[in-house]
Order: sequence, then C-alpha cells, then structure tokens
Amino acid sequence: MKIHKHEVIIVGAGGAGLMAALYASRGGADVAVVSKLYPTRSHTGTAQGGIGAALGNLDEDQPIYHAYDTVKGGDYLADQNAALVLAEGAVEAVIELEHMGLPFDRTPDGRISQRRFGGHTREFGKELVRRACHAADRTGHMILQTLYQNCIKRNVNFFDEFQVVDTIINDGVCVGVVAIQIGTGEFHIFHGKAVMFASGGWGRCWSVSSNAHSMTGDGAAAVLRRGVPLQDMEFFQFHPTGIYKMGILITEGVRGEGGVLINNKGERFMEKYAPSAKDLASRDVVSRAIYDEVKKGNGIKGKDYVYLDVRPETVNRFFAEEGRKERIDAAYVEKKLPDILDFCRTYLGVDPVKEPMPIQPTAHYAMGGIPTNVDAQVVIDENWTVLPGMYAAGETACVSCHGANRLGTNSLVDLIVFGRRGGMHMADYVKGVDWTPLPADAGHEIESEFKRIRSSRGKMKPYQLRAKMQEVMMENVGVYRTEKTMTEAINVLRELRHEFRTNIAIDDQGYKFNTDLMEAWELGNLLELAEVTALSARNRTESRGGHSRDDYPKRDDENWLVHTLVCRAGTDDDPQYTINTAKKVDMSLAETDERFRPKVRAY
Amino acid sequence: MKVTFKIKRYNPEIPGKDKPYWEEFTLDNVEPTDRLLEMLHRIKWEQDGTLTLRRSCAHGVCGSDAMRINGVNHLACKVLMQDLGSKVTIEPILGLPVLKDLVVDMEPFFDHYKHVMPFFVNDTPLPADGRERRQSQFDREAFDDTTKCILCACCTTSCPSYWANGKYVGPAAIVNAHRFIFDTRDQAAKERLEILSEPQGVWRCRTIYNCTPACPRDIQVTKAISEVKLAIRKGSPEGIIKVTEIVERVVNA
Repeated sequence: MKIHKHEVIIVGAGGAGLMAALYASRGGADVAVVSKLYPTRSHTGTAQGGIGAALGNLDEDQPIYHAYDTVKGGDYLADQNAALVLAEGAVEAVIELEHMGLPFDRTPDGRISQRRFGGHTREFGKELVRRACHAADRTGHMILQTLYQNCIKRNVNFFDEFQVVDTIINDGVCVGVVAIQIGTGEFHIFHGKAVMFASGGWGRCWSVSSNAHSMTGDGAAAVLRRGVPLQDMEFFQFHPTGIYKMGILITEGVRGEGGVLINNKGERFMEKYAPSAKDLASRDVVSRAIYDEVKKGNGIKGKDYVYLDVRPETVNRFFAEEGRKERIDAAYVEKKLPDILDFCRTYLGVDPVKEPMPIQPTAHYAMGGIPTNVDAQVVIDENWTVLPGMYAAGETACVSCHGANRLGTNSLVDLIVFGRRGGMHMADYVKGVDWTPLPADAGHEIESEFKRIRSSRGKMKPYQLRAKMQEVMMENVGVYRTEKTMTEAINVLRELRHEFRTNIAIDDQGYKFNTDLMEAWELGNLLELAEVTALSARNRTESRGGHSRDDYPKRDDENWLVHTLVCRAGTDDDPQYTINTAKKVDMSLAETDERFRPKVRAY
Repeated sequence: MKVTFKIKRYNPEIPGKDKPYWEEFTLDNVEPTDRLLEMLHRIKWEQDGTLTLRRSCAHGVCGSDAMRINGVNHLACKVLMQDLGSKVTIEPILGLPVLKDLVVDMEPFFDHYKHVMPFFVNDTPLPADGRERRQSQFDREAFDDTTKCILCACCTTSCPSYWANGKYVGPAAIVNAHRFIFDTRDQAAKERLEILSEPQGVWRCRTIYNCTPACPRDIQVTKAISEVKLAIRKGSPEGIIKVTEIVERVVNA
C-alpha cells in the first residue's frame, strides 16, 4: 500500500476543504487535499443565491443581528457561541473572498451587492435585510472556482479522484485516512498530523433531493464506524422549492427577488403561516406550510406540489399591495436568476418569466454531523473532549451553528468561516506536535472489506436497495414524522442492511474506475446514516426546526435544549447504537441578552 | 417510447474489450422529459454495472458528464430524450485519452487550464478601510460571461484544432484566461497575454466555432477568444469590449 505523508490531510475539495487547505497552507503547513471528485465538481458549486454577511452595503446591518437570526432560525438549538463566531467571521471572510478575486455582483457605488433571503432581518427581527452577497444565482460556483484558483496559485497538493474509505486512529489520535485511487483501484494511506473531514452531506438518503449523486456522507460514515459520535442527525433540512419530482433546487433568491408561493386557489398561502416574513420565513416553516396546503387539498391539480411564481406581473402586484415601491420586469429576472430560468426551461419546458414553476420540498442539507468546536476540532462527548488530530468542517460537521434548521446562505458562511478557522488551527497545531506513527496493520481491514464486497454474488443490485431506502426515508423520516413511521423505517433499514451485507450483486470485477463497486460502498454509507438519522429522530420526543413530529407537535425547551450524540459499537453486520442527550446547548448570548432566550418562533 | 443506445465502450482490463467497440442497449418506457443521464443510469443499474461514466450534480452545474451525444458534445444531465430521437449514439469526448468507456483522462485538460494563470493577481495594498476593492457594475459586467465556465471540457474537445494538436491550450483555458484578463481588478493581463501569444496559444484557434454551441453554459466562447486575440494585437485589454454593448447589458438588467 502506498503511503503519503503530509502534515495536514483534507478530505473533500468543496468550499470548506479548499478554504481550510488555503489557510493551512498560508500558515506554513504541508497540505494534501484528497477528493473523490475533481475539486470543481464539488457540491458547493451548486449553491445559488448568496452568502450572508452583515456588510451593511445596502441596509444598516450588524453581525449580532445575523447571529440572532441564526439562533432563531435554528429554533434555539444552535450553540450561541458558534452562531456568533459564524456571524462575526462572515464579514471578514467574505471580504477576503473578494480580495481573492471573487466576482461578486456590485452595487451602483461598486461595493458587493446584497439581496434579501429567508429569515435574515435587522434589529432582531424588525424587518428583512439585504445581507446575502451574491454573484448572480451562481454564488457557490464562484466561491468554489475562486478557492480552487487560489489553491492552484499556492501549489496546494491535490489527490483528485481518490475516495476516502476509512479513518486511522492510533492510541486515541487521528493519524490519517485510507483512500482508493478510483482510476486504478489501488489503496493509499495518507498519514498526517491533522486530518480534516470536509466531505459533505448525505442528501441522497431521500428520494426527492437537491443533492448531487455523490452526496453520500462518506466521511461521516467513516468516522462513525470508528467510534466517533455524530450529532443532531435528526435535523435534516427540506428546502421548500425543489423542481417537482426532480428535486433540483430553485434558490430562495427567487423569493428574495419577490417571487411568491401560490396554491391551487391562487392564494399566496404563506400570508397565513408567516404574516410578517411570508414567503421568506425559515425553510422548515415554509416546507411544512407546503405539506399542510397539500394535505388540505390545496396542491396544484390536487397533487403534491404548489407553484413558485416570479412572473413580473405577479411580483409587482404583491409589491404594490405591500406598499413597496420597487417594480421588476422580465429583463431583471433574466439578469438576476439566469441559471434558474435555464433549469426550468431545460427540464420542465416552463419559462418562469411567463409561467409559474411547479415545486415541492426537497431533501437539502444536514444540520447534524461530526461534532466540532469553533476551531473545527472534533469533539467526542458532552464535555467537549477533543479527539487529537481530527477536524471537520462544512456540511459534514456540526459545530453547531445551525441548530435545528439552517438559514439560507449560512451553509456557504459555515464553509468559509469554519474552513478558515480549521485551516489556521491545523497550521498551528501541526507545528507543535510530533508525528504519531501509523498502526502496523493500517488499511488491512478496509482492504479485505472491499475484497468481500467486490466478490458479492447475491441477487440484489445496489440500486434496488438504494431506491427502497430513499422511499422509506422520504415517506417516513421526511418533513413530518411519528413514532410509528420512524419505527417502520428503522425496521426496513435493518432489512436493507442485511440484504446489503449478504445478498448484493456486483457486476464489475475490475480495478480501474470501478464505479459499480464504489456506488455499492456509498450505498453502505447512506444506509448507515439513514439509520442513525431515524434512530436520533425517534428518540427526540418534541418538534423543533427541521424535526416535526405529529405525535409531539410542540417544542419542549424543558427537556430538549440538548444535542443528540449517537455512537456506534458492534460489528458491520450487527451494529449497536447508543444515544446520549447530555450535551447542553450553549446559551452564552442569552445569559446577558434577553433577546437570545428561547421564545415562540414567529415569522 | 423505446430507445436504442449505441455506446462506444472500452475496458483496458478485459481481454477482447481492451480495444474500443460499440455496444447496443435498449430501454423501454423512456419519457420525452427524461434526462439522458438517467437513461445511462438505468442501463448501468438494470443491465450492465460495468458501464462507466462520471457524473455528480445531475443538473448541469458540476461539469462531470461531458460526452459526445449523436456527434455533438453535451452534458448528459442537460439533454432531454425528446431532443435525441429513438436511436442515440454516445461516445467519450474526443481528443483526451480514454481510460474506460465514457471516462477520459482529464489531466491534460487541467494542465492547459493551469498554464494560463487562472487565478487573481493584484499585489497592490488592500483598501485601507479593510473593505472590498471597488468595481463598477460596468467593469464587472465586462467579464461576466466567462465567469460561468464549469471546466466540463465540452468546448475544448469539440475543437478540430485541439483534436489535431493536443498541445494547443484549447478554448476552455482561453475562456478562463479571459475571465481575468478583462477583470479590471486584476494586474496580470500582460503575462497572460504573453502566454496566450505563444505558438500553442490563442492563434491555434481558426474560428471554426464548434466550441460556442458546445458550451452547456451558453458562454460565447468564440467571441471571448476573439477578444483575447484583439487584446494581444493591441497589447492591452483596454477598450476591447465595447462600452456600448456593456451599457446595453447593464441597462437591460
């Protein structure tokens, strides 16, 4: 097995991984980025609407307002220290991105342009604020490109199309990862002093998803198998506006520009659910409203979707009703939302300038993940005990700045703020520690596991199991859940795991670019994460943010201002999961400021 | 509808399949609005797990699944079956070494990209107020089109000049150089123009125009290349992109 030695190993080349690579490299560390995709293919590139930062370029704004919105948006489960670090760090990090060349749209006076986004307000909820810094509707694309360009400029080492499949922990210290070089099928060991997981989410657990096919939670599953807990897995965000049936994301920026949700009676129904913020309420609120409308028979043509309407005549009518002075026309929509128009014209044959778009909630973002502190160090228990050498950032991490529901734009903020902090921290950390050796048998276990999967000659194709998992997660552990649906899901997932372990068929016996084998491996990761999601969700007997239970419809602050930590022991065939809820939510801002105390969440 | 897919295959590990060959697959129940990528998944999942391709986002943003579809480069996830008919021919993109089935070696492509200094250069002091560098909406608009590039290689691998000579940097690299050459905040235009005036640079372009219709992001590739050529002739990017045209685009917005 080839061994590569670099001080800092970063798994994943999306926004968080590249930001960390850049700052660790600037801090003097020898960095290697290991990614199953070419960096520019990473899912960060699909983020559309903007990145929140209280620059105040168009409206008066302050980081503390952003922190407040983040805490409230997270239904008071966010760790308040992390929310403040996020909001304060956003300003500096966004300015740095501009200095790195990111082509933000501009205001008339040449500053970074900002737009409204769901849940972002000023003065603690007083009114919506223009905070989302944007480059048309391809902000994530521009962030990803800019970071990759700057990594090239700095000669960062890249191992592209190397898929990480295992974590190496020696004597309680994380010392590296094992990866398969996809092009050759060879196993490689990456030995480091610090290892960061920036490997993204697992939205492919659900059937209607905005996520790329590659969003299979490889990093989270790899550390879970090695005894590291995952936090708050029950909180998975359903974005309100996915293209009907396909799940492709339609940015909240559409509603930021004035677009509205309409039911089959032609009503702008969000006026009922969120009288103040209306269509720009938090995503969990809007997704539930769509489900409720559908349940009442108000879906379009009686089906399970509604319309998102950004036709200028519709938008202008509501602007006029609200007493807002601005007006838009077709050219404005073309300019501000070019990619969205392209998606709808390509995939639906619908021109959003002339017709409304059929949309439904789509699985979008993991609030939970590998628990970390604000320096992206992985922490393994309720006492915030650090696992030396292991870091995580981005969607795969749970810092937890998003709590029970992430605000729009804050995923990009999370990537750059905590990727940056993690990168800086790793650069310092590796200067002060010696190399911990690799264990003698590093990589052997995972190599034989792959041999086993490769030689599977069962009857079930991985795609069949995957489709069943996605259906049961969508139906039973989706926007609304109950004890009964989740127990059903857990039973089905257990059966699927058994099939996966004993009865799958792999067609491709080769080593080079064996995507048949890698897809099967990824299915194993998804099954693992689906199960801990369902288990964590069943355990939390309340409704909060992205976790809504029909059988426990109220938020329960008395008992549930705590994080869920789920841990795995046992074998791959018979894993034993334990759930711990002793980790309290950080309420440090509420201690001195009344406004940060949990209260009824109205928009 | 029923659709037949004729796919060019190659597997270096299997004797007999280690030279390119054609294989046909048939799918029933194909809907006109299905994406080609979904059909390739159906073939891979339901019929032959060895069929190998790259893909990720499935909606035309990540740039993984460029291939030659009925003789023209596209992203498989951005093509609907209604636009392809009942017989579809699929090959790997041309001009890059094929590794397996539809997967090509992207390294030469990224090497060309890296050669043109595809990164922002400005070593002047940052604004004293700690804020962003200012840029007018007009100046920002001048290079907007080329910021859209996703490095899928559809343009470069549709270019006959590139097919004939793999040392030519190719349209995608020029597009990415353009994005910086015409960014008023950047200061390395001169170096980039020098790189692109080398023998394997922009003059290899014969304005064949294949690249522009191949671009899944609707970038005016040929136009961007001509603007770079003009900047080389003039020795500077200033005044190349017509102010009137940018005004029109900004006013329309």
